[in-house]
Amino acid sequence: MFDVFSNFTTGIIPMEAYIIVSLIMFFAGVYGFLSRKSLLMILISIELILNAADINFVVFNRYLYPEQMEGFFFALFTIAISACETAVAIAIVINIYRNLNNVDVDSLNELKE
Amino acid sequence: MNILYKMEYTLLILILPLLSFTVLGLVDSKWKPQVAGTIGTAVLTTVAILSYYTAWVYFTTANISGEYQKIITFQTEWMRFTEYLHIDLGILLDPISVLLLVVISTISLMVHIYSLSYMHGEKGFERYYAFLSLFTFAMLGLVVATNIFQMYIFWELVGVSSYLLIGFYYTKPEAVAASKKAFIVTRFADLGFLIGILILSFYTKTFDFGVLTSGQESVFAGTAGVSFMGFSIMSWAMALIFIGGAGKSAMFPLHIWLPDAMEGPTPVSALIHAATMVVAGVYLVARLFPVYYFYAPEVLHGIAYIGAFTALFAATIACVQTDIKRVLAFSTISQIAFMMVGLGVSGMGGHHGLGYMAAMFHLFTHAMFKALLFLGAGSVIHAVHSNEMSKMGGLRKYMPVTHITFLIACLAIAGIPPFSGFFSKDEILSAAFEFSPYLGATMSFIAGLTAFYMFRLYYGIFWGTEHKHHHTPHESPFAMKLPLLFLALVTVFAGFIPFGEFVTNDGAIYHIHLNWTVAGTSVAIAIISILFATFMYRKESKMPEKLAIAFSGLHKSASNRFYVDEVYQFITKKVIFNNISTPIAWFDRHVIDATMDGFASVTQWTSARLKGLQSGDVQDYAYTILLGALIIAGLVIFL
Repeated sequence: MFDVFSNFTTGIIPMEAYIIVSLIMFFAGVYGFLSRKSLLMILISIELILNAADINFVVFNRYLYPEQMEGFFFALFTIAISACETAVAIAIVINIYRNLNNVDVDSLNELKE
Repeated sequence: MNILYKMEYTLLILILPLLSFTVLGLVDSKWKPQVAGTIGTAVLTTVAILSYYTAWVYFTTANISGEYQKIITFQTEWMRFTEYLHIDLGILLDPISVLLLVVISTISLMVHIYSLSYMHGEKGFERYYAFLSLFTFAMLGLVVATNIFQMYIFWELVGVSSYLLIGFYYTKPEAVAASKKAFIVTRFADLGFLIGILILSFYTKTFDFGVLTSGQESVFAGTAGVSFMGFSIMSWAMALIFIGGAGKSAMFPLHIWLPDAMEGPTPVSALIHAATMVVAGVYLVARLFPVYYFYAPEVLHGIAYIGAFTALFAATIACVQTDIKRVLAFSTISQIAFMMVGLGVSGMGGHHGLGYMAAMFHLFTHAMFKALLFLGAGSVIHAVHSNEMSKMGGLRKYMPVTHITFLIACLAIAGIPPFSGFFSKDEILSAAFEFSPYLGATMSFIAGLTAFYMFRLYYGIFWGTEHKHHHTPHESPFAMKLPLLFLALVTVFAGFIPFGEFVTNDGAIYHIHLNWTVAGTSVAIAIISILFATFMYRKESKMPEKLAIAFSGLHKSASNRFYVDEVYQFITKKVIFNNISTPIAWFDRHVIDATMDGFASVTQWTSARLKGLQSGDVQDYAYTILLGALIIAGLVIFL
């Protein structure tokens, strides 16, 4: 645990540091997903979770298989897909707003109107 | 044995009524009633012509070296389960099936024509004709059956169509009750029939009539030495099969449904409950006669005694009934019992087979004159709108045709020469005398009773005091008179048919010769009975009342049909319902239903508890998923 911080002095950022960042981002996302009531905030939380995963892809690629590029490409794909997902989700949120006049997740407990 | 002649057209005899039933049943009231009636009658005319042609071809060509052959004109395997257990459908022609083809199609045609007028304007006219076609199909299929299982299938179809037609006036509670009674009683008897079929076919490995009656010893090899409660297994099988026949033919004590079946329309009573369906039991015994004779002779004798008792019993009741259709119903029971006696006392072949030949002869003549009596009664009911004899009287002036034809039928059933009933009944009596003089004497006495109650009925309707009518009774229209005249013609001349040359139990030709002692005695008895009836009923007299008082016990119990219905009521309601059905119902309600209810309520309770989890709140689900994932991860890491 203390090696992690000792490496700061040597100038090389160790892999664990990235993973800790992504871990914090991931659980921040999970926490936001569970605790926020606004659909938009939930959407942002999902973005956090996805970005945490992206960081992991890039970091593992860079540190474990430096001569290969799959991780980077995968991160790019994920970004593209998350963009699409966000677009769809926003569309849904707008429709929900039109129907219910709010974007509160607690009001969405019926499958039909 | 089974020569295939080019007689496939016999299949049409079955297909046409079935088609007619389907068409009339489907269109129901979309067509005009007259159209339905015309279609039904036209189809039946075709069927009758085909039947006559078949009979002509059969009796002219099938007699090879002095014996009538059994011809199978059509045969197909319907269902095959194992090597032995397969159900075939086919058409078998032999003297008795051809005879029944002619009888059924003739009576059915007459009833179709008669109903055009009798049922005119009734609600459900098309339905009536559809059911008549269904019945005709079923009955024809029954008589041409090549195997006992096909017979059973059509047997049940006949029962269903009888049920439908008795309950034709389904808004009348008595008609509904009567139709249910008829169906349940005959179904109950058919249970015996089915068990009998299964026992018989289990030991002989065949359903086929040809094989069963071929006389090969090897067929029955499996039954040797098998016995149950002191009787051989063949006796049991044949006795159970006879129970089925007794149910359909209304033998004591299964006769209770037939008098009630008179709630149906009168032409239906003429067709089903007098001429055709009720003789199915006789036909069944005749069909299996060699099996009865060689392998279960004691059952055959039992049939004779049951027949004799039923004949006496029904004839006694017929003497005191006041509803004219009920009188005819009991008379039918009595006459069918005569046929059963004829079969029961018969031997095999030649002169010994006289009883068999006489029973078939009587079946033929009885069908004609009993249908005539019923149609005549229908004509009377049509005119006075009542079944009760007290509402009639003096009708001979108003209805000459009905009167004359009814009289002819009465003379025929009473056994007065030269009418047809004399010849056939006389043969049965001779056969009975040869079997046992006591039985013969009993049957002669019953023949006397028959003459008495028929003339009581005749005088009650056409003579006696004239009852005041709302409007003057009128003769029936032509469509009703035509069948009466035709059947009367047959009744007059049918006795001269040399019947022994067509139908005997070994297929060989037998020349009938009258036994003059028996014939003379029975004619004398009949004439005395008729004179007695004339004396009592032609003019109003005190005699009937005096006799009723003198024999008050007998009179009262006969009027109440000897309380057989009450005994049935007692057995079913008091004994079976209380001691068997009630405990079973309790068990059903408190154990079986309770178990099912228990399953249901446990499920309901659980689901009510689990319902809270399905909140519809997305974040709850996500939380649960996360928690689950963490627990699994924890388990994987730490265990």
